[in-house]
Amino acid sequence: MAERGFSVSKLPAFRPVALGVFLALYLPIFTLVVYSFNAGNSIAVWDGFSLKWYLSAWENDAVKTATLRSLYIATFASLIATTAATMAALGTTRRKAFKGQTFIYVMINQPLMVPEIVTAVALLIFFAQIKVFTGYQGLGYLILAHAAFCIPFAYLPIRARLEGMDLSLETAAADLYASPWQTFRYVTLPILAPGIAAGAMLAFVISLDDVVITEFVKSGGQDTLPTYMLGQMRRAITPEVNAISTALLVLTVVLLTCFFLLTRKRNQ
Amino acid sequence: MTQKIAVAAEHTVKSFGQGKASVRALDDVSLEIQSGEFFTLLGPSGCGKTTLLRLIAGFEAPTSGRILLDGADVTELPPNRRPVNTVFQSYALFPHLTVAENVGFALKMQGRKKPEVDDTVARMLALVKMETFATRKTAQLSGGQQQRVALARALAPQPKVLLLDEPLSALDLKLRKEMQVELKRLQKETGITFVFVTHDQEEALTMSDRIGVMSAGKLQQVATPREIYTAPVNRFVASFIGETNFLPVTPTQGGARLGCGAVVAAAGEGPVLTIRPEQITVTPVDAVGAIPATVDAQVYFGTDTHCHLRLSDGERVTARIPSPAMGETGVGIGQRVGLVFAPHAARLIRE
Ligand SMILES: Nc1ncnc2c1ncn2[C@@H]1O[C@H](COP(=O)(O)OP(=O)(O)OP(=O)(O)O)[C@@H](O)[C@H]1O
Ligand SMILES: [Mg+2]
Repeated sequence: MAERGFSVSKLPAFRPVALGVFLALYLPIFTLVVYSFNAGNSIAVWDGFSLKWYLSAWENDAVKTATLRSLYIATFASLIATTAATMAALGTTRRKAFKGQTFIYVMINQPLMVPEIVTAVALLIFFAQIKVFTGYQGLGYLILAHAAFCIPFAYLPIRARLEGMDLSLETAAADLYASPWQTFRYVTLPILAPGIAAGAMLAFVISLDDVVITEFVKSGGQDTLPTYMLGQMRRAITPEVNAISTALLVLTVVLLTCFFLLTRKRNQ
Repeated sequence: MTQKIAVAAEHTVKSFGQGKASVRALDDVSLEIQSGEFFTLLGPSGCGKTTLLRLIAGFEAPTSGRILLDGADVTELPPNRRPVNTVFQSYALFPHLTVAENVGFALKMQGRKKPEVDDTVARMLALVKMETFATRKTAQLSGGQQQRVALARALAPQPKVLLLDEPLSALDLKLRKEMQVELKRLQKETGITFVFVTHDQEEALTMSDRIGVMSAGKLQQVATPREIYTAPVNRFVASFIGETNFLPVTPTQGGARLGCGAVVAAAGEGPVLTIRPEQITVTPVDAVGAIPATVDAQVYFGTDTHCHLRLSDGERVTARIPSPAMGETGVGIGQRVGLVFAPHAARLIRE
């Protein structure tokens, strides 16, 4: 019998452990989705099928404004983050290795490493000072905060795409009379586009579901969908929260599916 | 007859890296390529062929020296402002564009009108026989087809000079032969100056008007294929192109004295005599003027047989005898024979 090398799947109890992990991961979500269709008021006792909680959420003005605010913030934050990430990726890959490269790499990915609560407190204090100074109370703070922690998520797929790009294509463009700007516009950018779209989507999803930083940075009446839900949970919990969560889940799954399609190796 | 010089390199030096680790990829290369010429740069891997092309195209700036196109100094000009196009070894076709868009890329960048672009693209695709592939993405093409598209793309803006960096090396032998003929035809039809890089000596000999042989960053000899083959200037050129014999000699008036005492007529100058195996005739040992030798070994190659011989002073020589239609060459191992050099075939060269 030929040695096939080490294989995790050959270990004893591999199957039950794997099954257990999958159950732990997906059973709660499954329950959440199921009870969003509950006809009763409980999130634990099944009372028959109904769509009433979706309707109730849909007609709830607080949910509506929170949703719109979330989408608004996510749109602008992911736009800013993606632009910054694209430039950062171009700056860190389109050149020979330089001193301090690793340092810059770490700096860009800082939000992935610094505990979120630390960033949240820091932003709270920092923005509080600006608020006093300028009197501005708008959504700008949230957008900026979200953009900041979304940058690494947008940066990684863009950088991966850039590193996979054949540098001789840019040389070829220059050879064919394209100015540096034209080379970027007609060669680099189109080839980079799937990476940028993927980065933007990831940033959007990350922004959409943030709680910690939003909770700290938001002013009164600036609830996003996740912070609104958190607020609701402190009072009476109805399957309405399940319904909203399920809707959010569907949106996230759709966006992440797009992300994986875009970052697949050969996306022809 | 004064011809226009399309490309000139003047004392070009290119070093990579700094201090001890620095590599001299080009070491004082001076070169003039005539307008309308099919010029080939030939040399072993790492000798600086690509580097010289990149300097001409403008992807790289020389450490010192100048590059001239049509007499104008372009050393400081970026690649997009030089009337030179390149066919890259890896083709470097744009994967996000169709075949037609690839071919029309340069014209679009130059701001030409759409009807003009479409017209030129159609002509170029016809020139390389790729009309039916216009709307395909380049990833769906075979190696030979990609090569044609790369060629059409580089020819479309009608450059003064076309640089080709080993464009045929990725193709199989049959396709390579076809493309050699095709390239030669295109060069004649368009009249564009071709600077062609290869490390395949046969390719260089069959296609070029002139060949520049390079080694270790230096240009060793620039001459026509016939001259390179028959009158190499040094040991490197003689051994890189074709097979040859080297014999240490003492130059005499109009010739040289071999170590074994025989005196042969030879042109050129230097301490080494070179003679191609096919220019040596094996004769009976007592033939008039023959140099005595002993047969060491014979290797059958089909069209001819390589006869390994030893002179009386121990020097080894290989002769190439056309294989007879029937039977053996009539020379046996250990046999004493005579060698006669064809007239004008022996040359004296530098080390
Ligand atoms: N960007 C670079 N940095 C450092 N060294 C380089 C660089 N480009 C080329 N070299 C060196 O310069 C020398 C000449 O390289 P070049 O690519 O011109 O060779 P070549 O004749 O084209 O070889 P090949 O037939 O393998 O393509 C080599 O020793 C190579 O290592
Ligand atoms: Mg090369």
